[in-house]
Amino acid sequence: MRVLESVELEQKFQDKIDKEIKIEPNDWMPDAYRKTLIRQMSQHAHSEVVGMLPEANWITRAPNLRRKAVLLAKVQDEAGHGLYLYSATETLGADREATIDDLHSGKAKYSSIFNYPAVSWADIGAIGWLVDGAAIMNQVALCRCSYGPYARAMVKICKEESFHQRQGYELLTTLANGSPEQKQLAQEALNRFWWPALMMFGPNDDESPNSAQSMKWKIKRLSNDELRQNFIDATVPQAELIGLKVPDPNLKWNEETGHYDFSPINWDEFWQVVGGNGPCNKQRVDARRKAKENGLWVREAAMAFAEKRASRKSA
Amino acid sequence: MKNEALFRFLLRLGDDSLILGQRLAEWCGHGPILEEDIAMTNISLDLIGQAMSILDYAGVVEDKGRDCDKLGLLRFESEYVNLLLVEQPNGDFGDTMMRQFLFDAFRKPLYERLVNSSDKQLAAIADKSLKETRYHLKHSSEWIIRLGDGTEESHTRIQNSLDTLWRYSSELFYSDEVDNELTKTGILPDLSGIRSEWEATVNSVFQQATIVIPTNNWKFEGGRLGRHSEHFGHLLSELQYMQRAYPNMQW
Repeated sequence: MRVLESVELEQKFQDKIDKEIKIEPNDWMPDAYRKTLIRQMSQHAHSEVVGMLPEANWITRAPNLRRKAVLLAKVQDEAGHGLYLYSATETLGADREATIDDLHSGKAKYSSIFNYPAVSWADIGAIGWLVDGAAIMNQVALCRCSYGPYARAMVKICKEESFHQRQGYELLTTLANGSPEQKQLAQEALNRFWWPALMMFGPNDDESPNSAQSMKWKIKRLSNDELRQNFIDATVPQAELIGLKVPDPNLKWNEETGHYDFSPINWDEFWQVVGGNGPCNKQRVDARRKAKENGLWVREAAMAFAEKRASRKSA
Repeated sequence: MKNEALFRFLLRLGDDSLILGQRLAEWCGHGPILEEDIAMTNISLDLIGQAMSILDYAGVVEDKGRDCDKLGLLRFESEYVNLLLVEQPNGDFGDTMMRQFLFDAFRKPLYERLVNSSDKQLAAIADKSLKETRYHLKHSSEWIIRLGDGTEESHTRIQNSLDTLWRYSSELFYSDEVDNELTKTGILPDLSGIRSEWEATVNSVFQQATIVIPTNNWKFEGGRLGRHSEHFGHLLSELQYMQRAYPNMQW
């Protein structure tokens, strides 16, 4: 009887998804669906928060006050996205602090791109243009995700991300039109971030075992390779427009397919960085862990104060 | 120059915002909780915005073609005239909030008076900044009270912050011929009530926070005249890095 019931519930759930009806927090959902979303959404939240670090690294050194203000606003947006996504994850019954502890213990991942360093001011442009640009490709698709709170969070986040992408491109355009030193900074930033940005879409489709289930649940709408190809097709002309060279000798427009052909991706590097051997993995997680540890006394004080106030009120 | 006293007054006002905004930006990504990361970044952004309007206007008054970037990022150390308080290092979160609170409690009554300046541009900048400063003061006051009346550890820490930073508070009320000149010509309204208003705010907040003002009243001053602490050169080396490394470029 119970087995039958769960089969029926699952059928109803899948019917809803097939009819494009959003799943809401109080609706019945399979455990695996819930777990997949908690993992994906909390890791998305972690990515927003860890992603603040390479950019924050340049706020105090921004070349002028307008750029400083713009970068502050951008990083503040990312923190807001993190907060928004942690809240959305909590609608699934996850505990924000527990998911953060998983990040600090190394159990939870975040986007590997943030394990690369931002070593020059031009990298701030490359991050906005390429990293936020790649994120948008993923996130626009997520606006139609079957889970309501995640899909709605994505609508707001995408608006801000597309603004960031244009800011990053505008920053690099200024450099590309500037002095020879500035042009060089811009080209070097593209060289550094091009391949890691392509890796952001994840392994090739035949190497991505969880994708089929996520597609069936409509958590995922487009495959890794489709998204990657869309990104390349959109980005190459933008690079050409400002006179930057994409660092791929085999990059070529293919009339037949209507897409760019490109070199194979270095998946060894990808898996090394995912596995903890990127240039900044340790530094990023250490920074987040340290922030939490150093803030413990502040959070304890806030809790103690709130309790005191509550008991004084009721007394 | 159209008005040297006004230029010097604007530099003092603008440098306070710029340097405190720069300090707060150092917290970005490292706050004790995500909500505070957002709050401190937001306050930093407000202050940098204020610095841009104030220093741009200072450049207009000076009339030598300098804008907020030339003034904000390309002066020598002794030419900055911010308070010593705002250049002090962030320390822990309590130190940062105490520095912010002592400053906000001063800035609010200052801006409340500057909105009545006969100088329309200064009055307009003060009006916009006052709205922001009210939020900043609410935020920093609440944290002082929370930390003071929180746990034993937070109480000890925030009392230590006050003990360390109190010595820089008298400079908030530094005044000289710059202020006299501007009061005489009517550009500055009467600023004499600011100190008592500031004292009332800090006394009330410290009382709720159950912390006490230290008895050592030795004054550390000099920032208004370009004499800074050892920390300041390091702050400038970050603030000015790109402008010094790549001079005369558009960004």
